[in-house]
Amino acid sequence: MMSQTNDHPDQEPASERRDFLYYATVSTGAVATGAAVWPLINSMNPSADVAAAGTVRVDLSGVEPGQRITVKWQGRPVFAWRRSPAAIEAARAVDLDELPDPVDETGENPNLSGEEPALDENRAAGEDGEWLIVIGVCTHLGCIPLGQDGAAVGEFGGWFCPCHGSHYDTSGRIRKGPAPRNLDIPPYTLGEDLQLVIGT
Amino acid sequence: MSGIPHDHYEPKTGGEKWLHSRLPIVGLLYDTIMIPTPKNLNWWWIWGIVLAFCLVLQIVTGIVLVMHYTPHVDLAFASVEHIMRNVNGGHMLRYLHANGASLFFVAVYIHIFRGLFYGSYKAPREITWIIGMLIYLSMMGTAFMGYVLPWGQMSFWGATVITGLFGAIPFIGEGIQTWLLGGPAVDNATLNRFFSLHYLLPFVIAALVVVHIWAFHTTGNNNPTGVEVRRGSKAEAEKDTLPFWPYFVIKDLFALAVVLVVFWAVVGFMPNYLGHPDNYIEADALVTPAHIVPEWYFLPFYAILRAFTSEVWVVQIASFITGGIIDAKFFGVLAMFGAIIVMALAPWLDTSSVRSGKYRPMFRWWFYLLIVDFMALMWLGAMPAEEPYASFALIASAYWFGYFLVILPILGVIEKPLPQPETIEEDFNAHYGKKADGAGSAEASPAE
Amino acid sequence: MLKKLALGAAFALALAPAASFAAPDGEPYVEDFAFSFEGPFGKYDQNQLQRGLQVYTEVCAVCHGLRYVPLRTLSAESGPGIPEEQVRAYAAENFEVFDEELDDFRPATPTDHFPQVTSVGAPDLSLMAKARAGFHGPYGLGINQLIKGIGGAEYIASLLAGYTGEEKEEAGVILYENTAFPGGWISMAPPLSDELVEYADGSANDLNNLSEDVAAFLMWTAEPKMMARKQAGFVGVFFLTVLSVLLYLTNKRLWAPVKGKKD
Repeated sequence: MMSQTNDHPDQEPASERRDFLYYATVSTGAVATGAAVWPLINSMNPSADVAAAGTVRVDLSGVEPGQRITVKWQGRPVFAWRRSPAAIEAARAVDLDELPDPVDETGENPNLSGEEPALDENRAAGEDGEWLIVIGVCTHLGCIPLGQDGAAVGEFGGWFCPCHGSHYDTSGRIRKGPAPRNLDIPPYTLGEDLQLVIGT
Repeated sequence: MSGIPHDHYEPKTGGEKWLHSRLPIVGLLYDTIMIPTPKNLNWWWIWGIVLAFCLVLQIVTGIVLVMHYTPHVDLAFASVEHIMRNVNGGHMLRYLHANGASLFFVAVYIHIFRGLFYGSYKAPREITWIIGMLIYLSMMGTAFMGYVLPWGQMSFWGATVITGLFGAIPFIGEGIQTWLLGGPAVDNATLNRFFSLHYLLPFVIAALVVVHIWAFHTTGNNNPTGVEVRRGSKAEAEKDTLPFWPYFVIKDLFALAVVLVVFWAVVGFMPNYLGHPDNYIEADALVTPAHIVPEWYFLPFYAILRAFTSEVWVVQIASFITGGIIDAKFFGVLAMFGAIIVMALAPWLDTSSVRSGKYRPMFRWWFYLLIVDFMALMWLGAMPAEEPYASFALIASAYWFGYFLVILPILGVIEKPLPQPETIEEDFNAHYGKKADGAGSAEASPAE
Repeated sequence: MLKKLALGAAFALALAPAASFAAPDGEPYVEDFAFSFEGPFGKYDQNQLQRGLQVYTEVCAVCHGLRYVPLRTLSAESGPGIPEEQVRAYAAENFEVFDEELDDFRPATPTDHFPQVTSVGAPDLSLMAKARAGFHGPYGLGINQLIKGIGGAEYIASLLAGYTGEEKEEAGVILYENTAFPGGWISMAPPLSDELVEYADGSANDLNNLSEDVAAFLMWTAEPKMMARKQAGFVGVFFLTVLSVLLYLTNKRLWAPVKGKKD
């Protein structure tokens, strides 16, 4: 490390200022600072217990035809409904033109890739469509719709949100009222053994 | 601000002038960061930066830890385990915070003893010294209350024992203790208020630090020779000083990086070395641990607290004179706080006209003995209160008081100081001289 | 000069014990086992942790809980590393937890913790390996802990293998003599013996092996992030060393003109 003797230390020789050493020191210091800040930010991301609760397993084999059950997933209710043939038929008879929200995007139904028409075949699980799994949060302002008891199901046989009067049909699609979108569908898998796994 | 003559910030552009006439903050920062600093400062002067770093480290990690901690007797211990097991990087943050307290105290003790050796407490720096002592006391309060928060066995019983000290105060002690705890014993109310104050005090410390820096920026730094910077003119002052930036900032950052290598190794490879195993057992109000030992940084004063038992004649006399109001327990408490108070009074107890211990041949040895004494007290504080430790602790405590109350006043009178350099420049050049023999021994600069 | 003095003080402290008192008799004996996770480079031995889990499940779990340990962490790569499917089966087979929403007991799932066991008043083992110190002193100087480590796992292994076979009855309680337990008499009956647990892979299973395996497992339950911590330690120490060297050189160059050195 060569350097000049200088009687006036305040005047740094310009050649030294642009020295590699200074750049190396400053950039290492900057990396150190960045490395110190990241863990502070990362610590506020969901912790391991929260992340682990992102997957919920439910055994649906004991659910009777026509019965609806509610499962808590990520702090929200998920409605699982073993629909009767009549309910399935009602859902499949609807024309897309009658729907306020005829398209489900990826975020609204993560089990499909890309935009799909909001047909009951696309929203229900499996070929026969016996199972409907939706997130039980009204897409208007986040209330929990009624209907899981099979009584207050609204005008279209699905769910009815008491807050501002949104009516959902037997496929969980918005049919009447202020809600802008169909009920969202969680990412899930449902195999032959009727073990429902919500989340991935 | 008066002080050493130096260049000040001159706003140049329109924008700078606009801001400067409304809020001269750039000028304030410039004056602070470009403060003329004695150029002969040695490596004992780096601990201020380490301390500033510690304060920031503790506040920053603390704020993040609070986001995951629950101050409730039923949940506190489990929430710390949640941090250790579930929170992203939580185990590192918590170990950094716990060991950061130790680094904080290592640094403050070296910083204090540096001041004691080089006479940094003497006029005109008494206020800097007193503020420093207040910072130290606040640190002790913060550390003590922080140690209660994990709600382990040592947390609980440490809190019980230390608040018990206040119970020793005659007549009103028990009332004070109950008021401090929010009940007859350490419980949820205690945990909650300690949590609140543990969060508050660091910001009080930060404010005190600003005053501390303000004070010594007014008087100028002390330096290893204790000789003042010449202030006749800017040109004269510049012969004795260099601006803080970049000379001392880079030097201090280098020292900080070296300190952090050691610190990081402790956190990474032996994070529980300075802790106590009993604090990994959840607090139990019905079971007292076999040995209640405070954290290492409290041990010297804990030793002084325990040293004065009812068999000691000073205690018996005090008890006799006050008609039993000052019993052994209260005497111990007085001694513990007195040990810090005599240190704070050093500026007035030290009668010597010479600042730096470098030029005080007798003082030097008494000072070295004080360091040994301090370490001996630290060790004795961790040993059981039985013979022969109790007698050693009494002797060591006596020396602590003797140093400040007897030795410092007398030395100033009987000691014949060595010749001091005329100026800082002279001292600096003697080491790094632009003289013929050039090389210059590194005596004042041991780490180089 | 302050440095000389610090050395002097350290020297004085080092002398102090030599000038004094012998260790008290009947000090508990803790053997300094060589665990795989010791030292800066040490790592948990996944197979050993799995064996230790088996010992815990078959023997310790009857009386001792692990209330702070989530079952899902058994599949951690830096821990026992048991595949998730197996952890799910293990949890459901071995433990029942009380579910407040169901208001009833149900089989445990990986998101649950190991249950707390309070039936016989035995201490929880989650943090036992950090709540006990195997090594002390000498004379409160902390040198043994520095060299050998704090020794929680060593203490557990020594205790489990440290029964002499002697017993006595005191106030209606049977106490068993143990060479590692402070005081020498412990109320826990000898939990392990040679070949008490049969390992699937046929690993050695005499008393010492079983004790070491379960001690290693309990070290993991107490400090599950040890591997991540040591790695962060290495990265940090390396990085800060580089930064120190760069700052040293920068500082040297910065001051060279001031100090009038020609190098």
